[in-house]
Amino acid sequence: MDLLLKELPQQLVNGLTLGGVYALIAIGYTMVYGILGMLNFAHGEIYMIGGFTGWWVLHLLSRNHQVVMNAAVVIALMIVIAMGVSAFVGVLTERFAYRPLRNAPRINLLLSALGVSIFLQNLVLNYQGAKARVFYVHSLIPESVRLIHLGPVVITLTRLIVIAVTFLLMALLSIMIKRTKAGKAMRATAQDLEMATFLGIDVDRIIVLVFIIGSALGGAAGTLVGLLFTQVDYYVGFQAGLKGFTAAVLGGIGSIPGAMLGGIILGLAESLAVTFLPAAYKDVVAFVILVIILIVKPSGLLGEKIQEKV
Amino acid sequence: MEREPVLKFEHIDAYYGSIQVLYDINFEVYPGELVCLLGGNASGKSTTLKTILGACKVKNGSVFLKGKRINGRPTKEIIAMGVAIVPENRRIFPRMTVLENLELGAYLRSDREQVKREIDNIFDLFPILRKRANQMGATLSGGEQQMLAMGRALLSRPEILLMDEPSMGLSPMLVDQQFEIIQEVHRRGTTIFMVEQNASMALSIADRGYVLQTGEIVLHDTARALLENEMMKEAYLGGRDDEDEEDEI
Repeated sequence: MDLLLKELPQQLVNGLTLGGVYALIAIGYTMVYGILGMLNFAHGEIYMIGGFTGWWVLHLLSRNHQVVMNAAVVIALMIVIAMGVSAFVGVLTERFAYRPLRNAPRINLLLSALGVSIFLQNLVLNYQGAKARVFYVHSLIPESVRLIHLGPVVITLTRLIVIAVTFLLMALLSIMIKRTKAGKAMRATAQDLEMATFLGIDVDRIIVLVFIIGSALGGAAGTLVGLLFTQVDYYVGFQAGLKGFTAAVLGGIGSIPGAMLGGIILGLAESLAVTFLPAAYKDVVAFVILVIILIVKPSGLLGEKIQEKV
Repeated sequence: MEREPVLKFEHIDAYYGSIQVLYDINFEVYPGELVCLLGGNASGKSTTLKTILGACKVKNGSVFLKGKRINGRPTKEIIAMGVAIVPENRRIFPRMTVLENLELGAYLRSDREQVKREIDNIFDLFPILRKRANQMGATLSGGEQQMLAMGRALLSRPEILLMDEPSMGLSPMLVDQQFEIIQEVHRRGTTIFMVEQNASMALSIADRGYVLQTGEIVLHDTARALLENEMMKEAYLGGRDDEDEEDEI
């Protein structure tokens, strides 16, 4: 019991870190699903490309594993450039793999997404090889500030950065969706695409915007996880994609607040589970949750009831 | 000099896939008019609206909006040229507030202050909407949704307002209310083109009417004349002064 009380705050912090990352990935799935009604299976690869981009920026800005400029600037550049590259790849996939199939049956889109996923994985495998790339973060986050003691909790600076960035991005997205004209147009398009067209909303542009935002957040998640676990390889998108997808379904696919909530709950559940169970069961927890949700409440925690569109 | 029609169909042949749905359709709507297009199921009414919105394939003929040919242009361009629609079943965005629904009506406009004032005018016209301003669209009653759909369409300041089957799916009391709203909006100067099955109701507020039968216009006249027309009485209006039984055509 003592051990549990000691572990609990620590695992909550770990859970929030993981949860924030899952939430960022889940947002990409849920936004695309909300508008196109498709599962973008290539989203995991967008995340992976974000991870590689972050690694590449760090690599370019390092000499002998020492960063050559201010660490905070390097971290910011890693995240921003990863977001940009991922957004670019996301827009390309929409333009060339999904848009031509806009009026085709949903299953064609799904297959196209799987194709993009395999293509991107192999593209990276071809150029980067199968060996994991290592993030040399020790010069990025110096020894003296690596661990922060907050009462009973020891939190690494990296985790703090991950939590801060993920929650900041989520807050920005929420404001954008709720307040801006583009955000309102995105919601309208998701709720009734044809009616949105009748109001003069350029639906094609809204869809591109959705891919930009979703992919950028996925790319940020990729780099943040790279900082956290200090490596990336061509296959990381598969596992991350499944987790993000699970989080999106848990929260209610199509719902952006649902994706955030689902991600955080999934992260917390996984972290708390390893307090009680052997660490190897961590991934089992995610998929047990997925199965239970699909059986008990397929519309998810915050999901809208599936309603007939007229 | 003759006035220029807001909307004009000239020898339109339209197809649904390979099936011809409209045959040599000609009509025009002049500024300030309320014109209705009447007809039963499968007479081609919806296709006519789709043709205006650029969502239907036109083989021959032209559609003009204020003298400019619009067929072949994408929907968003046609909307931007001044067409607004209150669609069948109103299509309110269910998970957006009343205010947001209205704001989306003015999506293409950038004069924010003026839009604000006009939203206020809509609230004056339909006071119940002001009370519900921050409620989700899905929580509105059918009657409130009508008002919202009308307000949303008006906020684009349309050259012409299209109404698709405004009486569809409404209880008789709400049908009355709906037509009062349309009449009021027309009285305030909006040009309206309405597609409707309920002929007597539509003609009671319209200036002129066209009757569509299996893709052809078989009759057109002033609303008053159509109400007195023998063929109309027989085929579309049911017994005289017997409004309640006129819904079924």
